[in-house]
Amino acid sequence: MATQSIDGPKRGSLLSDQRTRAIVFQALAFFLVAVFFIYIGTNTARNLEALGISTGFGFLDSPAGYDVAMSLIPYTATDTHGRVFFVGLLNTLSVAVTGIIAATILGVILGVLRLSKNWLVSKLVYWYVEVVRNVPLLLQILFWYGVLLGLPRVRDAIPVFETMFLSNRGFYLPRPVPGDGIGLIIIAFFVAVIAIPIIARAARKRQEQTGQIFPVFWTSAALIIGLPALAAIVTGFPLTFDYPEKGGFNFKGGMVLRPEFVALWFSLSIYTAGFIAEIVRAGIQAVSHGQTEAAFSLGLKPNWTMRMIVLPQALRVIVPPLTSQYLNLTKNSSLAIAIGYPDLVSTFGGTSLNQTGQAIEIIMMTMLVYLTISLLISMLMNYYNKRIALVER
Amino acid sequence: MKLGKFLFAAAAVTALSTGASAGTLDDVKAKGFVQCGVTTGLAGFGAPNDQGEWAGFDVDFCRAMAAAIFGDAAQVKYTPTTSKERFTALQSGEIDVLARNTTWTFSRDVNLGFEFVGVNYYDGQGFMVRKSLGVTSAKELDGASVCIQTGTTTELNLADYFRTNGMSYESVVIETSAEGRGVYEEERCDVYTTDASGLAAQRSTMADPSEHIILPEIISKEPLGPLVRHGDNQWGDIARWTLGAMIVAEELGVTSANAEEMASTSKNPEILRLLGGEGDMGAQLGLPADWAKNIIMQVGNYGESFERNLGTTTPLALERGLNALWTDGGILYAPPMR
Repeated sequence: MATQSIDGPKRGSLLSDQRTRAIVFQALAFFLVAVFFIYIGTNTARNLEALGISTGFGFLDSPAGYDVAMSLIPYTATDTHGRVFFVGLLNTLSVAVTGIIAATILGVILGVLRLSKNWLVSKLVYWYVEVVRNVPLLLQILFWYGVLLGLPRVRDAIPVFETMFLSNRGFYLPRPVPGDGIGLIIIAFFVAVIAIPIIARAARKRQEQTGQIFPVFWTSAALIIGLPALAAIVTGFPLTFDYPEKGGFNFKGGMVLRPEFVALWFSLSIYTAGFIAEIVRAGIQAVSHGQTEAAFSLGLKPNWTMRMIVLPQALRVIVPPLTSQYLNLTKNSSLAIAIGYPDLVSTFGGTSLNQTGQAIEIIMMTMLVYLTISLLISMLMNYYNKRIALVER
Repeated sequence: MKLGKFLFAAAAVTALSTGASAGTLDDVKAKGFVQCGVTTGLAGFGAPNDQGEWAGFDVDFCRAMAAAIFGDAAQVKYTPTTSKERFTALQSGEIDVLARNTTWTFSRDVNLGFEFVGVNYYDGQGFMVRKSLGVTSAKELDGASVCIQTGTTTELNLADYFRTNGMSYESVVIETSAEGRGVYEEERCDVYTTDASGLAAQRSTMADPSEHIILPEIISKEPLGPLVRHGDNQWGDIARWTLGAMIVAEELGVTSANAEEMASTSKNPEILRLLGGEGDMGAQLGLPADWAKNIIMQVGNYGESFERNLGTTTPLALERGLNALWTDGGILYAPPMR
C-alpha cells in the first residue's frame, strides 16, 4: 500500500518520492511472483515430458473401472473419472452439510448449557469441550470407527422396531418407495415452506401496528406438518417402504447408513461442536449484562430477553468465528480417507489419481473444489453477517 | 494428511530442476546407498523383522542392487509406501527403485513413465473368506462385502469380475494391508481380495490362520516386478540384470554357499562370466567386475531368496508353482548372460 510521509509527498527526485517508490516496489514484487510461477509451470511441463508422463484432462472422459461404495447419483464401474469426481464431491458435500447442521445444533445447545447456573451441567459441558477440542480429530475418527466396528456382526444384527437392523456393516433402514401422487405431497410441503416467511412478515407488521402477537412458530409447525399430511390423506398415502431383509452375506433391500459415513459425520460433528460451544458462550458473554438488566427492568420474560435482546447482539460476535468453524469442518472431512469413506479425496483424489497417474491435474482440481466450497461458505456467512450486523444510523 | 503427502510429491516433481532422468547410478554412488521403495509391511515380501530390519522377498531385490553397486547389501534405505503413494514417490525421485509387489501393466509402463525391469513373482488375484461362511467358490460371493486395498489393479479386476458374472458387492476400501487385516477380522467384510501371495501373507499373520480359506479362483494375471523411472537406461539395465543374475545363478546352480568356490574352480564359461572371472559385464554396467558374485554371496540366488522368505518352510508356505524355473515346469526365465 502506498503510504504518505507525515510532511506530505516530496516533489524532489523520483527516487525519493515515496509514492513512486511504493509503486515501483509493488510492480517489482508482482513481476517476481509472476516469473516464479512461470518458471514452476514450464519446469513442471518440461520434467513431465522428460519422464514421458502424459498430461491433460483427457482422462476425465475415460472409464474409471472401479466401484464406489456410496453414491448419491447413479454410478457404475463403466462410468468415467469425470463422474467419479461428482460422486466424490457429493459424498464430501453430504458429510459436510449434515456435519455442519449437527455441529451447529449441538454447539449452540452446549454453549448455552455451559452458562447454566447448574454446577453439574456447566462442568459437564466444560469437560466435554476440553476433551473434544484437545484430542486430534483423526484419533477421534479412528476411535468412533473402531466403536462402530465393535457392533454385532451382520448375522447377529440388533433389530430395532423389527424393521431396522444395527450391525457393524451399518444401520439398515426401510427405504421409502414413492408411489403415484407423491408429487402432490412434495408440492404441499413447498407451499408450506413458502407460506411461512409470508406469514411471519405479516405477523411482524401487525405487531408493529397493533401490538398484537401472532403465534408464528406454532402456525408454521402446523403448516409444515399439516399440509403434506392433508395431501397424503387426499392421495391415499402413496408411500410404501422397502424393508431390509437378511439375505446371503448382507441385508438385501432397504437402505443403509454405513459405519464409515456415521463415524466420520459423528466425529466431525462432536469435534466442531466443541469449538462452536465456546464461540456461542463467548458471544453471549460479550453482550453487556446491563442489557439483560435493562430488559428485566422493562418486565421482559427471561426467555424473551434471551431471544430479543441477548441473542441478536451475540450473533454479531458469533457469526464470523462460526464461519471459520464451518470451513474447518468441510476441509477436515478429507480425513475420510483414513477410514475409507468415499469422499472426493479418497475416490477422485485417491483411486482415480492412482489409476491414471495424473497427479498434478487431479490435485489441482481437488484443491480448486475445496477452495470453491470454502469461498461459497464464506460468501453465505458474510451475507448473513451483514444482515444481522449493527445498523448504525 | 495424505493430501499433504501428494502435494509434497507433486511439488517435488515440479521442483526437480535438472531432469530426474540421467545419472541415477552416479547419484546413488554419491549418496552411498540405494533408496528403495517397499510396502508398509507385508509378511514375506517386505516387513521389518524381529530385529527391526527390513526383510522379505522384495526387500531382497533392494539388497541385491546394493550388493551389485557397493558390494554391500546393507547399503539400502527403505521408504515404506502405500499402494497409492508408491508411483508418486518413484516419479518424484524420492526413491531410486520400487520393489513393492507391483503389477506390470501397460498404463503403468507407458503412461506413468516407468520401466518394469522384469517379473520377480508371477501372481494372480484371489479371494480369502472365513471358513465358517461355507463358501467354496468365488461365484457364490453375490452380495458380499469385499475388503480391498485402494490404488491397486485388484480394485479394477474386482469390478470386472463381479460385472462379468452378474454379481453385486459392496467395496470396503482400505489403505494399508495392516488396516485391511483389522477390518477383515472385525468382519466388516466377508471377503478379502488381493494377489494370492498377498492373501497367503495376510493369512499367516491372522489370529488363527486355519479359520480362513483362499478360494480356488484366480481372476487375473498379476506379474509383479520391480520398476524404475523412464529415461535412465543404465539404471534400468542394472536393475534388470540384478534380477537376471539372481535367476541365472539358480539355473546354473550357483548359490551363496558355493559362489566363492565356483568363481575359482568352475570350468563353465557361463558361470565364470556371471561371477566376473571372464568378460567385462560389470564394467559395461558401470559396476565392479564381481557385482553378480556379491549379489549371490550376500543375498543368494532367486531360489534361495524365495525359499527363505516365501517357501514351504515359512509361515506363508507358498509353492514355487509358476515361479519355478522354466526347466522345472514354471515360467521363470531370464535372458542369457552373454
